[in-house]
Amino acid sequence: MDFSLTPEQERLRKEFDDFFKEEMKNAPPGWGGSLEDMYSADEGWEFHRYMARKLAEKGWLVRAWPKEYGGQDASIMEQVIFGEVSAYHKSPGVDVFGIGLLGPTLLAVGSEEHKKEYLPPIARGETMWCQLWSEPNAGSDLAALATRAVREGDYYVVNGQKTWSSGAHRGDWGFAIVRTDPEQKRSRGLSFLLLDMKAPGVTVRPLLGMDKTHLFNEVYFDNVRVPVKNRVGEEGKGWDVTKAMMNFERTNVGMIFTVKRGLEDLIEFCKETKRNGEPLAKNPLIRNKLAQIAVEVEVGIALAYRIAWIQEKGGPAAMVEAGALAAASKVYGTELNQRFSYVGHQILGPYGQVKKESKWAPLQGTIESGFQQVQGMCIAMGTSEVQRNTIAWLGLGLPRSWDEVFKRPMAK
Amino acid sequence: MNLDFTEEQEMLRTSARDFLSTECPKTAVRELEESEEGYSKEMWKKMADLGWMGLVLPEEYGGTGGEFMDLIILLEEMGRNILPSPFFSTVVLCSLPILEYGTEEQKKEFLPKIANGEMIMSLALAEPSAIYNASGIKVKASLQGDEYVINGTKLFAHDAHIADYLLVVTRTTEGANPQEGITLLLVDAKSPGVTSSVVPTAALDKQCEVIFEDVKVPRKNMLGAPNQGWGIVKRLLEQATVAKCAEMLGGGQAALEMSNSYAKERVQYGRLIGDFQTIQNYLANMWIDMETSRNITYEAVWMVGEKLPCTKEVSIAKAWVSEAFKFITERGVQIHGAIGMTRDHDMGLYYRRAWAWDVLFGDADFHKEVVAQQLGL
Ligand SMILES: Cc1cc2nc3c(=O)[nH]c(=O)nc-3n(C[C@H](O)[C@H](O)[C@H](O)COP(=O)(O)OP(=O)(O)OC[C@H]3O[C@@H](n4cnc5c(N)ncnc54)[C@H](O)[C@@H]3O)c2cc1C
Repeated sequence: MDFSLTPEQERLRKEFDDFFKEEMKNAPPGWGGSLEDMYSADEGWEFHRYMARKLAEKGWLVRAWPKEYGGQDASIMEQVIFGEVSAYHKSPGVDVFGIGLLGPTLLAVGSEEHKKEYLPPIARGETMWCQLWSEPNAGSDLAALATRAVREGDYYVVNGQKTWSSGAHRGDWGFAIVRTDPEQKRSRGLSFLLLDMKAPGVTVRPLLGMDKTHLFNEVYFDNVRVPVKNRVGEEGKGWDVTKAMMNFERTNVGMIFTVKRGLEDLIEFCKETKRNGEPLAKNPLIRNKLAQIAVEVEVGIALAYRIAWIQEKGGPAAMVEAGALAAASKVYGTELNQRFSYVGHQILGPYGQVKKESKWAPLQGTIESGFQQVQGMCIAMGTSEVQRNTIAWLGLGLPRSWDEVFKRPMAK
Repeated sequence: MNLDFTEEQEMLRTSARDFLSTECPKTAVRELEESEEGYSKEMWKKMADLGWMGLVLPEEYGGTGGEFMDLIILLEEMGRNILPSPFFSTVVLCSLPILEYGTEEQKKEFLPKIANGEMIMSLALAEPSAIYNASGIKVKASLQGDEYVINGTKLFAHDAHIADYLLVVTRTTEGANPQEGITLLLVDAKSPGVTSSVVPTAALDKQCEVIFEDVKVPRKNMLGAPNQGWGIVKRLLEQATVAKCAEMLGGGQAALEMSNSYAKERVQYGRLIGDFQTIQNYLANMWIDMETSRNITYEAVWMVGEKLPCTKEVSIAKAWVSEAFKFITERGVQIHGAIGMTRDHDMGLYYRRAWAWDVLFGDADFHKEVVAQQLGL
């Protein structure tokens, strides 16, 4: 075994690091790097688009993609290093939906026309995407979705409602999963469509988070006409596309590096801030809490590298096999963010609740916004509970507890 | 022993719950959070008419002479409903110390006005040092002739921006023992040199920065003896801490009930989410936390009310209950899924309060240290 990076990987890391250090000077005041920061205020969104263009100019926006679609055929390990450094510097720019999800999915299962049409503008940092999956009655149980698409000649006419769509008020395009065959139940009879958010009949309404940031939205479709050529995969086989995409949802070394950076900032704060005449950093209780998070960060990094290694060796197919590990890494990363945020709150005491616009806010108010946002991470992209179900099933061979056979009569 | 509430207390609870649920629905809670003042004048008037502000004040001062436990019941209901109002600041933090330590003249001046809803008060205790120990008190008051002159900054003073009077904890002498040399002053909030401004916080609960610049206070506005004020602060912190625990009991119960009902109505995978054992276990743990919080709070309340030595019991209650409240609201959000994260859903109101109240009057770590000291460690 050898845990070290190659000299080339070390060089790359330094290059990324220098770039982000410099560019992050352009971040708007109070920038904390969360999705809320990016989607909520106009300055945040402008900054995201700016970074996307900068990264595209460098040729780094979609490094893992093939050269013909604007990428560099970069290895998984290189991508992990890029993800780490970018998250550490709290950089936006890489669109989670277009680059993180749609790109790899089209590369894996999309048609040549789709790749040619949609990938290059994503690679240039021009088009931004959103994910139109969840519905009021289809959250964890996505296959219960009811949004209807009826074929009329060369178009699908879409009617229904999606919800919790992050950044739908910003995105140019959305990818949706809809029901094309109502006779078929659950995951059968679904199709996967690419949808212009400016199309007539699409209405986006904000849903404010508990801290009043505007991250997600309700999206209504009223006779929205979507060309049949915008369907990914076969009609009725949309679930296969969705499942393929789900595997890309869980790679998350970035989440760990967000905490690594947050921890460093918190440690700095504890060294500088005196309470009761002594720096916080001298308080054994606080030392213990900080050290615990440091331990958890390293554990998280080790796990992320293990997953990256499996992927690097075996490609995406290996990732599907490592489904339980991916689920573990999602749970671990999001819950670590949550624990970190709570520890930050404890250490800052009454200051942990002060919003960033106040001169009394330490660490630019990141702990205040953080404790109200972290739990969203434990819910989005498959809740912690659902991930644990996956681990029990795929990783431990236990029965699928949510299956029909285990259903009991509805108690009242 | 008698671990029951009296019939009157049960009636008080019912009428408070009815009043708050009709007068202060959650839509009103959100509007008040957003408003500059943070409370409704009409509601405040109605609360005074119901006798709430004078609940524990003797009749001679316009009250109805109830006991501390009565007030606790009311606070539990306020926590359950999340009532944005200066009730805690005025009644718990200021009227109680005036009643216990004020001169006859002070009691006559302040208490009837508090009882009839005319006067709002705020306690200016914490400072930028953000510690609830005597050593944290640095705002200076110096005696010049017949007046004290105050200089310095107080922080996290709830409702100071709307208060008519401030109860200010000042340092009047510097010595080896930080608990000595503390003096409490009743300061007219309109005095020249007082500037209060709201600090934006997660719970939007109107915590203020209060700056004092050469603020002159007549000597007769001193509460208790000069330099001996820490005893008053200790007592009022005990009352405030258990009173906060009571609010958390109410909030925790509401959050638990809300989550439990949601588990019985939300369907995924063709069944109630409450059918999944994971969700059942969460709710069971929340329930355990609630049930264990109740009597540990009431016992401390009883001791505070009876003026028994209770430093340890108060700290045990706070250390336990504020962690329980955080846990219950955090799991509550998780059980609700995405909808629990929204501004329009009630769960977030409780979740944000849980974190605000956790750090108020000392968090669990602070109180565990007190317990350790009480254990002779
Ligand atoms: C911040 C954020 C961003 C989001 N962004 C998007 C987006 O861009 N696009 C999009 O389509 N969606 C998005 N979502 C929606 C997200 O995918 C759903 O919230 C998620 O799938 C859970 O669904 P739900 O909220 O309806 O909760 P529910 O599925 O109703 O779950 C409620 C509770 O029941 C539990 N539960 C459900 N099933 C089981 C089971 N079988 N076993 C044990 N427990 C179970 C859940 O874990 C949860 O605790 C976002 C959500 C959040 C919070």
